[in-house]
Amino acid sequence: MIDILLPLAVTVVLVVVGLVFGRSRERAHIRHLDEREAASASIIVTDLKTPPPRVRSSRAGYVSGSAVIATDYFKTLAAQLRAIVGGEVKSLGTLIDRARREARLRMVEEAKAGGAVAVINVRIETSEIGGNTPMTEVFAYGTALYL
Amino acid sequence: MIVVNTETVPGHEITEIKGLVQGNTIRAKHIGRDIGASLKNLVGGELTGYTELLTEARREALQRMLSQATELGANAVVNVRFTTSSVAAGAAELYAYGTAVTLVPVGATPDARDARLSGFE
Repeated sequence: MIDILLPLAVTVVLVVVGLVFGRSRERAHIRHLDEREAASASIIVTDLKTPPPRVRSSRAGYVSGSAVIATDYFKTLAAQLRAIVGGEVKSLGTLIDRARREARLRMVEEAKAGGAVAVINVRIETSEIGGNTPMTEVFAYGTALYL
Repeated sequence: MIVVNTETVPGHEITEIKGLVQGNTIRAKHIGRDIGASLKNLVGGELTGYTELLTEARREALQRMLSQATELGANAVVNVRFTTSSVAAGAAELYAYGTAVTLVPVGATPDARDARLSGFE
């Protein structure tokens, strides 16, 4: 009896931990991202190779940012259940979105710290790192234009 | 809305850059299709079910990118890139990004008009 109950209890605890802590940490992260994005909104970010019209700059340099984000146990379970019937996996959407915003922000903040006015030719790469819960790395890089 | 994967649009010029826009969707294949696909893996060939699934998901990602561009008041998205990544086992993410811009036909910009007018004076 204990052989069945113990793994079940462990799973339930992991799901609850994932649900409670995962959710609060995710909310805090998204709030943090919103604030930082508002603070660096003045910098033009584009994937074009040519500088934006009316932007004068005397110097250019490479900037980059990356972030690895893991999802919580509850969302992993939700994604596994979704894989049975197929369709859109909304629970993993926030995971990858947070990673992408974080990576992009780190790149933009690096540019901002150097006094850049724009980041051009931006490329965004995504890679999966295996494990029990899905982890995603997003790498954003571009060219900062300084005054 | 003009959508291109080139940096410029012939006959038009970019007057304003609204910013980077993006759209994504994560899709899981379902178990029924997995069984079909594993059978197909024995003999090879196109997995039409998966082709449709990914085509539809990619269209969804593109639409989400376009609605972001519309919100910013852009009339075109240039330099569009698509990437696909596997997030978890059996789930793929389709991601599209580009630059939302304001496009104006060549010769219709205020700068160009001013230059022409001053030429007449």
